[in-house]
Amino acid sequence: METDLNSQDRKDLDKFIKFFALKTVQVIVQARLGEKICTRSSSSPTGSDWFNLAIKDIPEVTHEAKKALAGQLPAVGRSMCVEISLKTSEGDSMELEIWCLEMNEKCDKEIKVSYTVYNRLSLLLKSLLAITRVTPAYRLSRKQGHEYVILYRIYFGEVQLTGLGEGFQTVRVGTVGTPVGTITLSCAYRINLAFMSTRQFERTPPIMGIIIDHFVDRPYPSSSPMHPCNYRTAGEDTGVTYPSVEDSQEVCTTSFSTSPPSQCVFTVTKAHFQTPTPVVTDTLRVPMAGLAFSHQLSSSRLSYQPAALGVGSADLAYPVVFAAGLNATHPHQLMVPGKEGGVPLAPNQPVHGAQADQERLATCTPSDGTHCAATPSSSEDTETVSNSSEGRASPHDVLETIFVRKVGAFVNKPINQVTLTSLDIPFAMFAPKNLELEDTDPMVNPPDSPDTESPLQGSLHSDGSSGGSSGNTHDDFVMIDFKPAFSKDDILPMDLGTFYREFQNPPQLSSLSIDIGAQSMAEDLDSLPEKLAVHEKNVREFDAFVETLQ
Amino acid sequence: MNCRSEVLEVSVEGRQVEEALLAVLHTVLLHRSTGKFHYKKEGTYSIGTVGTQDVDCDFIDFTYVRVSSEELDRALRKVVGEFKDALRNSGGDGLGQMSLEFYQKKKSRWPFSDECIPWEVWTVKVHVVALATEQERQICREKVGEKLCEKVINIVEVMNRHEYLPKMPTQSEVDNVFDTGLRDVQPYLYKISFQITDALGTSVTTTMRRLIKDTLAL
Repeated sequence: METDLNSQDRKDLDKFIKFFALKTVQVIVQARLGEKICTRSSSSPTGSDWFNLAIKDIPEVTHEAKKALAGQLPAVGRSMCVEISLKTSEGDSMELEIWCLEMNEKCDKEIKVSYTVYNRLSLLLKSLLAITRVTPAYRLSRKQGHEYVILYRIYFGEVQLTGLGEGFQTVRVGTVGTPVGTITLSCAYRINLAFMSTRQFERTPPIMGIIIDHFVDRPYPSSSPMHPCNYRTAGEDTGVTYPSVEDSQEVCTTSFSTSPPSQCVFTVTKAHFQTPTPVVTDTLRVPMAGLAFSHQLSSSRLSYQPAALGVGSADLAYPVVFAAGLNATHPHQLMVPGKEGGVPLAPNQPVHGAQADQERLATCTPSDGTHCAATPSSSEDTETVSNSSEGRASPHDVLETIFVRKVGAFVNKPINQVTLTSLDIPFAMFAPKNLELEDTDPMVNPPDSPDTESPLQGSLHSDGSSGGSSGNTHDDFVMIDFKPAFSKDDILPMDLGTFYREFQNPPQLSSLSIDIGAQSMAEDLDSLPEKLAVHEKNVREFDAFVETLQ
Repeated sequence: MNCRSEVLEVSVEGRQVEEALLAVLHTVLLHRSTGKFHYKKEGTYSIGTVGTQDVDCDFIDFTYVRVSSEELDRALRKVVGEFKDALRNSGGDGLGQMSLEFYQKKKSRWPFSDECIPWEVWTVKVHVVALATEQERQICREKVGEKLCEKVINIVEVMNRHEYLPKMPTQSEVDNVFDTGLRDVQPYLYKISFQITDALGTSVTTTMRRLIKDTLAL
């Protein structure tokens, strides 16, 4: 024989179910805001935390939930449903999940309401917290932004699962038996959004970062869902205060310059966005722009980059002209040495062709220990370290400096070093030569604005005092030592340069020489009559031969 | 009473070991922690509030929820770190397991010490795999994330069965049931141990036992 539930227990139970429903909605919606949730534990009971869990109440959500419930409680045939859907910026929308709080008829009369039911409801809420992070829509909601937003809708009544498409899956969060029925919490979720989550919607969030603050206050009826606005500037004021979220903001501020914004719980004020923070580039090329430039985290989660900077490896080929005499101490935006090695800076390495055109540009590589003779070199180069440059202020030095820079892009050596050593670098024409050569050699003329010379031409020149002049047919210049581009002679016994030298002037074919040809022609003409006579004698043989062929 | 035993298995890359274990342990402890009890007169008590927070994994595409208690997090991280080091140093096939055991203390008469009676044991078997290419690692990130989602669903399913839980203790007995050493939350009494196994499943290294409560008490 079962005793009916006494009135006090009944009241308690109704209250528990009602607040459980409200808290369920809060947990689900907060889990789809796109931000990490963080609440504090408190050892002293505050009396207002239902089910002993710190779940903040977003007033709008509570308002919507109460409106949907309209004073009723979940009962058999009357379920409370929270529908989570996605809406793209083009206006397409799709249902992702339906969370259902249902009641069935299976009663547990013996259970203690005020104690067991309460604790089990608390446990169920914890399970809901865990499960809401585990369905596919969670990762989608963390990436919402410009491309799409996540919306929610609360309704009461029959569960409608048709919008989830075919093959949706369900997960049961848990059940709690009560004297009036068994409460069941479950989720039905679409599964064919998997292709969407990684490919279609995985994009970098907006440039200005994500400020997750709150909902725009749009109290729509249940047919038209509100959407959690996932970004807005700090200056915007919707006029609705959300103390709960502000509390979390205090707790969970992160430094956005290092952590991916999608992981940022709450960012921040406008001030942050007005002073764009440079972001580190992993693959550091030499940005040519002498402007502020940025590094760029190669992480796919990065959203944050200062707007006006578009520097990357694509800009490499852009020659930058600078006037001589620029100050070596021009401040660098970045002082990152080329740890990635993305730029071949050692003089022994062949320089990329495109970079050769940037003759005005040279980088001093601190990594290989060369000095920076050039003062003006540093302004355009991110890899130049100003402390390694030697200041030379005289105009002559400046000219020389410019010339030095022609050694090859990114190599910047003092003249004496360059001339004494036989440079193993291509584009040796850029190398400063002995002073005697400079005067006589029109190719190597240090003008104020050095010409862009093709690498091939340049490679025929060389510097270096070593090597005798090889015999050559050109009077314009004397080839002392030929260092062709892109070849090294320290690996093979014969390299391109040697090959070129050896086979540069091959002897002419004998048949093509005029004298010999002329002689043979004369002889042929003289011998013709004799040959004709011989053939005439053998006419009959020839005729017989022809007949055999027919 | 019988001790409930649940076993979960995960295959992860070396750098994912810690996060995968923390995700599982924290999810279990989330369900097995309450607020601090404050006993009042007449045998009644009130319960403090448990906060929660989301934790994003760095090496796995996964987010889990844990109790907002730095002490608890530190304790778990410590033991997981030890497990990871032991796994790395063992030089074996990268197999190990960690056990989270909830127990009750039963007072015995002198000279016998208190008895620890487990009522629920969660075992996580870890298999470390080595991956060669970045693409494999990326796939592993996603796959392990999906696997952990399944594990969380499994854990929740077990929790939802509402099977045996120790009775709520009186004030004098609370330390036999709950770990009251933490400042902000009160998990059931638990201990974590681990062992490194070889491919045959036998224990080849010393089984190390840690009593987390003692560590915290220091």
